[in-house]
Amino acid sequence: MYTLEFDENLCKTCPTCDCLVKCQYMDLSVDEAKEEMIKIINGDDSFVLQDCVTCYGCEEYCKRGNHPFYLITERREEKGILTAPRAITKQWINIGEPRGKFKTGDIKKKILSFGFMPELLELTQGRLFDDLMPSYVFGQEFFCNVVYIHFANTSIIKERLPMVIDNFRKLDVEEVVCMHDECYGSFASLAPAYGMEVPFKPIHYFEYLYNRLRELGDEIGPLNIKVAYQRPCSSRLSSEKHHFVADIMQLVGAELVERRYQNENALCCGDVLGMIYGYDLRNDIQKRNIDDMVEHGAGYCVFNCPACQNALAAKVTKRGIRPIHIIDLCRMAIGEK
Amino acid sequence: MSNITLSLAEIVGEKYVSNKEEEAYFYARDPGLMPAHKPDYVVVPETVEEVQKIVRLASKKKIPVVPMGAGMSLTGLVIPLKGGIVIDMKRMNKVLEVHEKARYVIVEGGTSHGLLKAYLEKNYPRLRHSIPDSPATATIAANVMIHGQGRLTQQYGFNSDMVSGLEVVLPSGEICKIGSCSVSPDWFSKGAPFPDLSGLFLGWFGATGIITKVALKLYPRKRIRDVEIFVTDREDLVPDMVYELTHTEMVEDINIFAQPLPMIFKDNHHITLFITGDTDEELEFKRKMIWHSLDGFIKSKDGGFMSVPPVMKPTLLDMPQQSVSRFADVKKGGGFEYSGPIIAVEKYAECSRKLMELASQYDLAYSAMARIIGRSHSMMFGFAFTFNRADPDMMERTQKALQEVAEFALAAGGVYWKPTVDEQRMAIERMDPNTRNLMKMIKTSLDPQGIMNPGNWEVH
Ligand SMILES: Cc1cc2nc3c(=O)[nH]c(=O)nc-3n(C[C@H](O)[C@H](O)[C@H](O)COP(=O)(O)OP(=O)(O)OC[C@H]3O[C@@H](n4cnc5c(N)ncnc54)[C@H](O)[C@@H]3O)c2cc1C
Repeated sequence: MYTLEFDENLCKTCPTCDCLVKCQYMDLSVDEAKEEMIKIINGDDSFVLQDCVTCYGCEEYCKRGNHPFYLITERREEKGILTAPRAITKQWINIGEPRGKFKTGDIKKKILSFGFMPELLELTQGRLFDDLMPSYVFGQEFFCNVVYIHFANTSIIKERLPMVIDNFRKLDVEEVVCMHDECYGSFASLAPAYGMEVPFKPIHYFEYLYNRLRELGDEIGPLNIKVAYQRPCSSRLSSEKHHFVADIMQLVGAELVERRYQNENALCCGDVLGMIYGYDLRNDIQKRNIDDMVEHGAGYCVFNCPACQNALAAKVTKRGIRPIHIIDLCRMAIGEK
Repeated sequence: MSNITLSLAEIVGEKYVSNKEEEAYFYARDPGLMPAHKPDYVVVPETVEEVQKIVRLASKKKIPVVPMGAGMSLTGLVIPLKGGIVIDMKRMNKVLEVHEKARYVIVEGGTSHGLLKAYLEKNYPRLRHSIPDSPATATIAANVMIHGQGRLTQQYGFNSDMVSGLEVVLPSGEICKIGSCSVSPDWFSKGAPFPDLSGLFLGWFGATGIITKVALKLYPRKRIRDVEIFVTDREDLVPDMVYELTHTEMVEDINIFAQPLPMIFKDNHHITLFITGDTDEELEFKRKMIWHSLDGFIKSKDGGFMSVPPVMKPTLLDMPQQSVSRFADVKKGGGFEYSGPIIAVEKYAECSRKLMELASQYDLAYSAMARIIGRSHSMMFGFAFTFNRADPDMMERTQKALQEVAEFALAAGGVYWKPTVDEQRMAIERMDPNTRNLMKMIKTSLDPQGIMNPGNWEVH
């Protein structure tokens, strides 16, 4: 059975305990944070196990290479502390169940993975993808299953993720361009944290987009627009790739507005948190986030995750901001949109 | 041509009467499971006078008369069990008057829900009626005749509760006005403050008279509609959830469904809530109240609001909602039938367990679909099965399952909705004897010859 590789000493000797100190939903001093982390490490009760809203932020705040959120998730599961209503968890587990209905394109050594997000099939069009498409996979068989950490359910990940990795192995691919943060995070962060071997090189699609845009260099017409970036929860699992947002914006001539809720301090879309905790938390997050975009003069809200886009597109539109996926923004820059 | 055909042709014109085999074939059945029986004549009148003349002729010759709307009630109510004349009401499809400020409409007895919806949307965008999820051809008169339910039923009761006047052709051929319209030019009430005579007709399946005009109450149509879905794995808690939701008085319609496929719906019960508002502010305020009303269940982890993806919304917000019709073809071969007793909301878990038990016992594809009636006063719980018409074994299994539903529903305290003749008989047997006698008195005084939709509501 796969177990989380977690170095307790890193926490015990940590001078900052940023994982909990920086948490946007709990207020802890360094001493309190250390105390609670030690309780969690020892398997004792901690209010953190009750109060954590599953924003994934601590995975990024910890700069010492530990996995505080995975540990919290493990402990919650051990103690039977549910985050989401059971019906919601069941629903997601059912949605992700492999049913033999996956799709594969013309598979090459390098492929695009859409996981189980149908929106991505629509998005990956035009010259940005013409050197790879139709080398792609889509379906539950290639769905990374990371979302279950929202639901404190690592068992299902331990059961399904190895099968997913095996499905990629069977395709004999060398490089997988992950079209979603969760997908990338599962192969670059979660699988290694649990000692699962990944037989291919995961590539974050931001990196792929950035390189493609550079190749298309001359064809880029600067967009001259002001944008706010909607950072998804799962991007906390691959924070080392976050800089590509600014890099891409620079290439396409879009100004990322300097706002309060950006980078480490970003707010998620609130959708899953609403399912788990109800109206107030979701509404508070969404309101603060969109107010912030408006206050800082963003004309566009750039999405990375289609689920965030589903949750916020109509809401930002009502506030006069145009929702757009980052791929569409790049296509706009090369005159395809 | 027979004498009767000739007489009917004189009334409606040759084009609108038939005793031909091909017409008889179609008018002998409905899309449900009840055995077919051919009519002797099919006639399609256009005016009240024509209806009167047809009924007078039938009365004189003692020929059965069966009024028919779109034939979508599925339980054999338009099958001419004893032959005779089927009166297809579809040509009487006019919207006659809309009283905007008094919020009611008067339509002819064969007007469809689809037509009224389109008419109001075009001419009175601030008014709406309680549209059921039946195919848009379903008629308003038939729907109130069978005490149907629609989008506004949670707020205002059965669609028949929204009737504000009737014009009926009695079995003798006379025209009778029911409600305020019997003494006033205005059709604002079907009874009050006088004795409510609408009960002599509504619910009788045409066995006491033919509706030629219906006045139906209209309601404010808000500019925006939205939908939320609360999911739970605790069927026993559904009534408590509905109680909280109805307490808010902010929900337009409450439907509950449970089905094994697609996978997103497996294992859970889905309380679908529709909300309306003229402004985003109004809508959001209602949404907030509605979400909060279920906070307790979210905290105890017994349920939560699922994320409804934008692609799913148009299907859910569609009126009529066509997902039901799509379900009808899950097994291919287009067979769909449901038994939908009206029953206390507290019985939700019992009904749902029974449905799953029957589906597994008879190996059938199923869907539970309930609609809340009034502020949780009762619900229609649909035990729905889909079957392939080309598979006689599957049809038989469906029939058996539905028969068991009928027995179960009555035993569980339910009352049949649009009952088949067998279910009517079972209900009559169980009925309080004095009520039964009263029904008999009404039927025999209005239709002494027993020519109106015979076989239905017959008390022996
Ligand atoms: C997919 C599907 C979904 C459905 N969803 C709903 C729903 O959400 N809500 C709901 O209420 N129903 C629903 N139904 C059931 C049914 O279709 C409707 O109730 C519909 O309104 C019945 O109208 P009809 O014109 O088809 O009736 P018919 O079947 O033609 O007639 C019903 C009864 O009324 C009598 N009748 C017809 N016209 C007259 C008249 N003018 N005067 C006197 N008697 C008359 C008939 O003799 C018969 O007894 C659904 C059906 C289907 C197939």
